[in-house]
Amino acid sequence: MAQTYDWAAIAKNPKFIELHHRKQRFLFGWWAFSTVYYFLLPIGAAYATDLFKIKLLGNVNFGYLFALSQFFVSWGLAHYYAHVANKDFDRLTREVVSEFVK
Amino acid sequence: MKRLQLFLTTAFLLALPNLALAAEIKANKTITISMFLVIIGITLAVVVNAARKTKTAADFYAAGGGITGTQNGWAIAGDYMSAASFLGISGMISLYGYDGFMYSVGWLVAYITVLLVVAEPCRNAGKYTLGDILSFRTQPKPVRAVCALSVVAVSTFYLTAQMVGAGKLMALLVGFSYTFSIVGVGILMVGYVVFGGMTATTWVQIIKAGLLMSGAFLISILVGYKAGFNPIGFFSDIVNNPNIQDHVSKMLLKDGIQISGEAAGQRFLEPGLFLKNPLDQISLGMALVLGTAGMPHILMRFFTVPTAQAARKSVIIAMWIIGGFYVLTTLLGFGAAIHVTPQGVTAVDKGGNMATLILAQQLGADIAPIVGDIFLAFLCSVAFATILAVVSGLVLAASAAIAHDIYVNVIKDGHADQHEQVMAARITSLVVGAMGIVIGIAAEKQNVAHLVALAFAVASSGNLPVVVLSLFWRRMNTAGVICGLVVGTVVSIGLVMVSPNMTYPQNIANGAKKTIEAMEKKIAAGETLNEKDAKALDQAKKDFAANDGGTSILGLKAPIFPLKNPGILSIPIGFMAAILGALAFREKRAEEMFDEIYVRQNTGIGMAKAIDH
Repeated sequence: MAQTYDWAAIAKNPKFIELHHRKQRFLFGWWAFSTVYYFLLPIGAAYATDLFKIKLLGNVNFGYLFALSQFFVSWGLAHYYAHVANKDFDRLTREVVSEFVK
Repeated sequence: MKRLQLFLTTAFLLALPNLALAAEIKANKTITISMFLVIIGITLAVVVNAARKTKTAADFYAAGGGITGTQNGWAIAGDYMSAASFLGISGMISLYGYDGFMYSVGWLVAYITVLLVVAEPCRNAGKYTLGDILSFRTQPKPVRAVCALSVVAVSTFYLTAQMVGAGKLMALLVGFSYTFSIVGVGILMVGYVVFGGMTATTWVQIIKAGLLMSGAFLISILVGYKAGFNPIGFFSDIVNNPNIQDHVSKMLLKDGIQISGEAAGQRFLEPGLFLKNPLDQISLGMALVLGTAGMPHILMRFFTVPTAQAARKSVIIAMWIIGGFYVLTTLLGFGAAIHVTPQGVTAVDKGGNMATLILAQQLGADIAPIVGDIFLAFLCSVAFATILAVVSGLVLAASAAIAHDIYVNVIKDGHADQHEQVMAARITSLVVGAMGIVIGIAAEKQNVAHLVALAFAVASSGNLPVVVLSLFWRRMNTAGVICGLVVGTVVSIGLVMVSPNMTYPQNIANGAKKTIEAMEKKIAAGETLNEKDAKALDQAKKDFAANDGGTSILGLKAPIFPLKNPGILSIPIGFMAAILGALAFREKRAEEMFDEIYVRQNTGIGMAKAIDH
């Protein structure tokens, strides 16, 4: 059952390299975006109190909507990732795997 | 520093008047215990079923890789949301409004790191434990040994906090004694893990997540109904509530700010009533965002699904459940502020932990008194299931580190047949669970709140850097893993030990001194003290005498490190230690094997070997 693989050869395969580049760009970029967006919340709550106080919908203020938006941004990003991964990353992975796993 | 001391003194003064109040919340014992028995019955049936299927190590640690993405999503949510998030965050919202809501956000955002960075690579490159990933291209024995120590440390901190919380909660709600509660919870948890391994633990977590969401949903609907399902109206109910206005005015008066009426009500929806140190919030945020992805009991869940796609799906489902729960928690917290009032909440528990439970009882009782009792009993059993699910996950993670990493792979060199591996896992779980019970009983009088912060600090500063570097950095090696784990863990623990989390008797004495001076001023002005003030004066004198000149466990008069959460300092140190360690002791084999782990974690090639069917 145990098939041995030439890992270095797979790592040098152009398709694998494409997968690696695309994933790295996507994952690092969106992780950084989500992290920055999140830390705007405690930083803003402490240093942008005037902005957070602005009432937008009745008594609901900017700060509340911004905190709530964190949930939707996280969910949205999770689904966007799943969409890209299911479509692109999984396809490239399958192509790499089919080339090397007999 | 000054600001913090002021905050501590304020918190102390705030707590004082409540000593006189003695409202209680008591669940109907018959209904509550029946519901507990139903939960115990269902979970034990699950365990019996799981025990029959648990024959190999893969069954015990990873449920044979046979959990679906959806099931795992519910189980992750069940594993993650502790009684602290269920009761604590809604309580925080009921007393401090916006800050409680803001606090909850980081617990969800943390899953972006889990989803993007660790879930799929761990599924593809891992087997049963964190040690499997870290020892992949390093010298396995020292790495597994150090890694197991770190996993046991994180799990023990978290487990102790959960056990003490469980004992106190059950005592307060149902009137069981503290020791009886801990032993009861402990026996069930040991039973689930020893006999049913990961399969039983998973189902206990799924059942708990289902109960938790139904409870939160039910009470939210009632809160929404009271507000006519009008979100704008709901918020104006908060702002115009005279009790909330009064509560906010009194809190701000302590800081020398005078506002009242609608302005005070609106202030409840603005930040800064509770979380007064932004640096501490940022530090906590860092520990959450990076620590969740380094929690051994969460990482372990990804070994239970068959593919990377299932791991991905499970995080997304968990994010909907966890996020949805925190959004509902807002309704519960604000609902408790409107209907129970902050004064009513603090009368029962000054930390606000009972807010949701009182709200449930009250809204139910508006329909009929018996409905109130049923709602309260239901939420008590949700809390009970919550505790069981979280502690079982922790015991399983700690046992896996000891049995799989230390016993099988370090002591037995990986040469143990399936029967022996499962036996080792079962015996270890029994011992770990028994230790959990003993520590839980011993820690009754200890302040354990900081242990959760500590668990996240160690996970984010010790575990996460070495996991990420092992998966993504060619030069990572044995020395890097060991340096990162040891330094990250030691620095986190060290910083917490000298932080404001510890008890500083001198601060208590200073606070008491202020009360004494204030009271003596009143007496000097010719006022006669009312009963409450006289009691407060007596208590303050006692506190002053008992604490003046005292020092913390480490012999400190005041904290050296000003933050409750060390992440902002300990996480960079953990990363630096891992990187410098790896660069100082280069290892050719580890660098050559990078291609293998990198290809594996991206593609899942070679994974069949890891599942071991």
